Parts: sequence; C-alpha cells; structure tokens
Amino acid sequence: MNLLLMEYLPLVVFMGVALVIGLALMVAPFLVAVRNPDPEKVSAYECGFNAFDDARMKFDVRFYLVSILFIIFDLEVAFLFPWAVTFKEVGAFGFWSMMVFLGVLTIGFIYEWRKGALEWD
Amino acid sequence: MTLAPAFFYLFAFVTVAAGFMVIAAKNPVHAVLFLILAFFNAAGLFVLLGAEFLAMILVVVYVGAVAVLFLFVVMMLDVDFAELRAGFMKNAPLGAFIGLILLAELVLVVGFQMVRPGALAAPSAPIPAPGSGITNAEAIGRVLYTKYVYYFQGAGLILLVAMIGAIVLTLRHKEGVKRQSIAAQVARGKKTAIDVVQVAPGAAIVPPARASQ
Repeated sequence: MNLLLMEYLPLVVFMGVALVIGLALMVAPFLVAVRNPDPEKVSAYECGFNAFDDARMKFDVRFYLVSILFIIFDLEVAFLFPWAVTFKEVGAFGFWSMMVFLGVLTIGFIYEWRKGALEWD
Repeated sequence: MTLAPAFFYLFAFVTVAAGFMVIAAKNPVHAVLFLILAFFNAAGLFVLLGAEFLAMILVVVYVGAVAVLFLFVVMMLDVDFAELRAGFMKNAPLGAFIGLILLAELVLVVGFQMVRPGALAAPSAPIPAPGSGITNAEAIGRVLYTKYVYYFQGAGLILLVAMIGAIVLTLRHKEGVKRQSIAAQVARGKKTAIDVVQVAPGAAIVPPARASQ
C-alpha cells in the first residue's frame, strides 16, 4: 500500500472506534435494559393540550434561499484553497484570474444585499 | 497488500447500496440521509484514488451544504405518502423511459468505444508524479487558474447565475414589515426631532403636521 493511504490509517482506526462505540450504545439497551412496555407508557406524551395538527409542517422557502446562498459562497471558498496553496506558482495571471472570479461573485453579493435577500422578513 | 482493494470494495458496495436506498426509501428524509452516506463513501473512493482534495471538497460541499439544501427542499414539499404512492404508477412509464434513454447512452459511450482511448485512464491518475512532493490541491491550483482559466471563470458565472436565479425565484418580501434604519436614527438631530413652540399666554397649542411622519 502506498504512503498516501498509510496516512489515512489513523482515520480508519478512528472511524472504526466511533462505529463500535456508537453501535454498542445502540445495541446495549436492547440487551441490558428492562423492557416492560404498556400502551400508556409507549404513547406520545405531550404536556398541556392535545396537538393541533401534524408536526411535519412545510418549511418556509426562505430556508432554501439561505441554504443556496451558503452553498455558493462555500464553493467560492473551495476554489480559494488550491489558489492559496499555489499562490507563488500561478503568478500575476493566476492572481488576477482569481480576482475576476471574486469580482463576479461580489456582483452577485451586492445584488443579494441590495435586494434584501439577507434580511429575514 | 490487499487492504486497499478491500476498502475499495467496501466503499463501492456501500455507495451502490446507499444509492439504491435513495430511490427505494419511502421516507424522503431517509432518502437524503442515504444520499449523505453515498457521498461519504464516494469521498472514500476519491481518497483511494489519491484525490484527497476532491474527497475533502466532497465532504465539505456535498455533505455539508448540498445535503442540507436537499433536506430543506424535502421538508418544503408537503409530503403526502398516500398521494405519492398514487402518483407512482402513473409516472412509472415516463420514469422508466428516461431511465432507458440514460442506460442506452451509457452503453453507447462505454460499450462502443466512443471515448477517446486513454481518456478513461487519465482521471485515475490525479497525482502528478508519486513522490514528487506535489500535493493534490497544488496540482489542481497549478492548472486551474491559468491553463483552464475559461472554465474557472465559467464556474464563477454559473455561480452568479445560480445566486441571482435563486433570489429571483424565491425572494418574497412581506408587506408592512418595519425595519430599523440605523442611518436615519443616527442622522436625527435637534432640527428633525424637536419642535420648539412659542406659546402665547392663554393660547392653545396646535402642533403643525410634520412631513416626516
């Protein structure tokens, strides 16, 4: 196995330990805990009045807007990483190409700000 | 060592199984969770290929952002399971037709050698030269911003279009919302905030109607 994958071995060990602990905590109650259910115990408990309607209500579309704006700037940052690593090699052209990229997205950001997409109401 | 192939088969199997569960799960939220599992395993496959940067981007962007977006979209839909099941049989022929077209395209491309020879081997070598000390992100950065600058700027424009499109399609302002205007508050001075009224003895005070209100 090559050197790169050997570097990921601790990660694999970490994941394995996390998996074992997580599964153990999920399985142990089935084996150890006293289970003595009756209809009153397993029914949903809610304090006060009965529920008015289904809890699965529709989300507001504004969450979607916030989320998609987040993704766009997330991708912008993702493009910045290789640029930062190779900052010396790409030279002036690479620098200005990134500046144009950032400028294009800044236009979008200004548009977003002026339209009030960052305001909740 | 046989550890790498073993992990490849593990990741590949879980990816395919999770992908199947995405379309088979009855609850759309469970489908999105299986999609996240598929993304994680695809990231594992990228690591096995040596494409560490892509693997981490897959985790950050797809698991961190796209999956959350999908969850929001799923929760925005009014998920009525009975209605979904009723619509399934009606839309099944159309879905099967589109699936057949995709399958035919895949068979045509892969089976009849319409791919340029060597093109399939190129993506499997994302590292420039083993042992040269050039990391993954470095290898991408050396070509992305100079050699492939048009694709890079194209990506920027696509992001801009996505941003503007999302705002145009979904932004609705509520009517009658009172917002704080800090600039207007700070700019208030004696002249705009106070009226000094000289009252003659015995006269009534009739405040003038102010234009600012």
